[in-house]
Amino acid sequence: MSSRAQAIKENAIGLSKKDYDGSVSTLCKGCGHNSIANQIIQVAYELSIRPNEIIKLSGIGCSSKSPAYFLGMSHGFNALHGRMPSVGTGALMANHHLRAIGVSGDGDTGSIGIGQFKHLMRRNVRMVYLVENNGVYGLTKGQFSATAEQGLELKYAGQNEFPQIDICTEALIAGCGFVARSFAGDAKQVRELLKAALSHRGTAVIDIISPCVAFNNDDSSPKSYSYGREHEKPLQEIGYVPFAEEITIGDYDPGDLKVVDLHDGSRISLRKVEQDYDPTDRLAAINRLQAANANQEFITGLIYIDNERPNLAEVSHLTDTPLAHLRNSEIRPSEEQLSDFLKAYA
Amino acid sequence: MDVMEREVAQRPASPIVNDFSLVAATANGTGSQTANLTLLRSFFKMGIPVHGKNIFPSNIQGLPTWYHIRVSHEGFIARRPPEILVAFNPTTIYEDAKDLPSGGVCIYDSGIKGLPERNDITYYALPVSELIKDIDVPVQRKPYIANMVYVGALAFLLKIPLEVVEEALSVQFGGRQKLVASNLPVVTKTYDWCKENLQKTDPYEVAPLNKTDGLIMMTGNEAGALGSIFGGVSVSAWYPITPSTSFIDALKEFLPKLRKTDDGKATYTVIQAEDELAAIGMTLGAGWAGARSVTATSGPGISLMSEFAGLGYFAEIPAVIWDIQRVGPSTGMPTRTGQGDVTFTYYLGHGDTKNVILFPSSIEDCFDFGVAAHDLADVLQTPIFVLSDLDLGMNNWMGKPFSYPSTPINHGKVLSAEELEARGGFARYKDVDGDGIPYRTLPGTNHPQAAYFTRGTGHNDAAVYSERSSDWVENADRLSRKFDTARTLVPAPVTDLNPDAKVGVIAFGTTRYAIEEAKAHLAESLPFSFMRLCALPINDEVRTFVAAHDRIYVIELNRDGQVHAILQTEMPDLATKLISLAFMDGMPLTAKWVEERLMEEENV
Repeated sequence: MSSRAQAIKENAIGLSKKDYDGSVSTLCKGCGHNSIANQIIQVAYELSIRPNEIIKLSGIGCSSKSPAYFLGMSHGFNALHGRMPSVGTGALMANHHLRAIGVSGDGDTGSIGIGQFKHLMRRNVRMVYLVENNGVYGLTKGQFSATAEQGLELKYAGQNEFPQIDICTEALIAGCGFVARSFAGDAKQVRELLKAALSHRGTAVIDIISPCVAFNNDDSSPKSYSYGREHEKPLQEIGYVPFAEEITIGDYDPGDLKVVDLHDGSRISLRKVEQDYDPTDRLAAINRLQAANANQEFITGLIYIDNERPNLAEVSHLTDTPLAHLRNSEIRPSEEQLSDFLKAYA
Repeated sequence: MDVMEREVAQRPASPIVNDFSLVAATANGTGSQTANLTLLRSFFKMGIPVHGKNIFPSNIQGLPTWYHIRVSHEGFIARRPPEILVAFNPTTIYEDAKDLPSGGVCIYDSGIKGLPERNDITYYALPVSELIKDIDVPVQRKPYIANMVYVGALAFLLKIPLEVVEEALSVQFGGRQKLVASNLPVVTKTYDWCKENLQKTDPYEVAPLNKTDGLIMMTGNEAGALGSIFGGVSVSAWYPITPSTSFIDALKEFLPKLRKTDDGKATYTVIQAEDELAAIGMTLGAGWAGARSVTATSGPGISLMSEFAGLGYFAEIPAVIWDIQRVGPSTGMPTRTGQGDVTFTYYLGHGDTKNVILFPSSIEDCFDFGVAAHDLADVLQTPIFVLSDLDLGMNNWMGKPFSYPSTPINHGKVLSAEELEARGGFARYKDVDGDGIPYRTLPGTNHPQAAYFTRGTGHNDAAVYSERSSDWVENADRLSRKFDTARTLVPAPVTDLNPDAKVGVIAFGTTRYAIEEAKAHLAESLPFSFMRLCALPINDEVRTFVAAHDRIYVIELNRDGQVHAILQTEMPDLATKLISLAFMDGMPLTAKWVEERLMEEENV
């Protein structure tokens, strides 16, 4: 918590930061997902968001548990694996005054849910879509997800033979108008991106690299691999997860490279997009992502923005009153309308 | 025998008026629907009870299509094998003519070869290409126009007044005079040709009646869509699948006419989803957020929706799902009818899941249940399945003009901010009233205690994640109580009780027409009582009905006797009284089948 937030007890609508808390997290200590939940709390508090105007949605997986851990005064919906986008779409059509925060993971988005993910963006449903991306299936003890890098080795899964699905590239191709990437430990950048995403007109995707303390015990680092071998145990028997510190990183400058040590001794290279990077050029954004992937770097920051395309509620020409709040007389036509209508069928 | 039959065929027989079944056999995609619906509407306009069934292929162009029209002064509209054949399809002409009963009529395009040689039926040859040669339409429209030839021929042979045909044609083309002007000359020209060249020797004809006065004609899918609209639906999400697509087409056509605001904005939305999984996900999402929502699908879509159905049942979210049943398993016969989704839908979802099902049997039911389903979904906070079928959904049926809903919209137990304040909060899954139905709040409710966390995971009555055995049992038992409450709220069965009958029949949906006809035919030889189920779960009326008879035949259009098995499970003590008469060949049931099976079982 920043010193400024501590000094101010209540925000503009008279809520304290505590009012934005959720229940106590049951995720592993040091999990990047908890850090993200904390940033959502901080941002909602700082922006004085009314909790009842937010809905929290998720699919299935570690990431999808996290909506329970923030904004306890907002309605939440922990849906099905990979199917959160459709639930959110329906909910936001029923009430387009609501703002949605969807939390997904790399399995939930990149595998089972890739269809719904892409169609959500295609329709430009107004939802902040967070991918808490650790490249691994945590709840089922360590299988590769589709976002794992090709060549990566894990204890349980062996070597990943297949190319990775890049969430940000997929978002760009699907026509998403807000594409960003960050790292769970970069609290400041996550907050900035969240704030921008919450004000976006349509779907805003933030792919957040969020290390798994338990299972992403590494990439192809020989050191880590040998560590794994020395401690060889059937993974199903794991009953103890090492207590780990949450990884946080200090601020770094646009254009700079930041190498981060992960829990298992592996490293991740983050490069913040340059100051003069133009996030409105879609083709350039795709190229930039491809180039970063070739260099085995993750570029972070706002990769692409287009706030012009109308969202689904707008293209549907919905009346201003949310459909869920229409009066009965507005949703049931009159008796005269029925008898008039039936004349054509006589 | 041959001699007698030939004589029957050649002698002008005493007329059979307003009682026949005819079939027009054509190739799919040749525009024969216009000709068929014109005939259907002509009989309807003449006041004669009539029903048409389109037996069509899963194909855009070329495969055989048969359109059955049953005309009955007695009002029987079940399928009956046709006595009159319009043989316009070269690929099926032999089989079609071979299947005619003795004394039947075959009207064929003289350009088509391959008819069987039969002297016990009447043949009328029509020089189709000659008759349409001089009609001024573009070459690509010629095949469409050609079908009007059989309309003209039937108008002559069956004695349909030409002005009735013209009126029907006009309705069929939605009043577009240009289309009427290009089609009508074919009808009149053929009529005149027939008058000069054909000698009518068959007995079938029509005469005006007054038995359709005040009635409407509509498809079940149109009626269901209209019911949804008067049920207050605001969100619809769907994925195209035969035979449910026309339900959503109707919704999309009707909503702008009935639900636009003064400023031209929409009080509704219809979203074409990427698949059935997303369609039901959106439908449930909308229901969760407080808008009435509907999706329509068929068997394969129901399979895909099973995961979300279980979530809807367990997390207790209102939604309405129309299943226009076709023939399964798997892709099955997409354009044939059946009642094979009952067991699967009743228990749809893994674990202990049970769903409420409504069974419409007519267009009036489609409208009424279309309305009721949305109230039931809100009141019971659960997905409501409406099991129609292809026969009801896609074909035109007569019906009484629909009654405006007699009760106001009931949103069920939804707490507003004020009510929350008065109650001092709420627990989402607490059974406050003892009926198993908890209270809910809608997202957006401006109260600090309004929020709860909806989940498909185990939860206690405050919607908090729980793996405690006692929480699980309590919740599961409450859901059972809620299901028992549903028994008292769903549409009650319709009973035609014969106090002297030892035998009863239970059925549901569109098999009623064959059963009602059989009941009339067997009134003397095998009188029986008839109960038509309108919903699952059943109520005590069903038990009383079963108990009052020695034997109950459960008639349904599937192989395994699905409702029979459900009824046995519901009433184990009466199970031995229940006998299954189940059959599935993709076609609507006939009275003949019902009569024969009942007589065989009862040794009559």
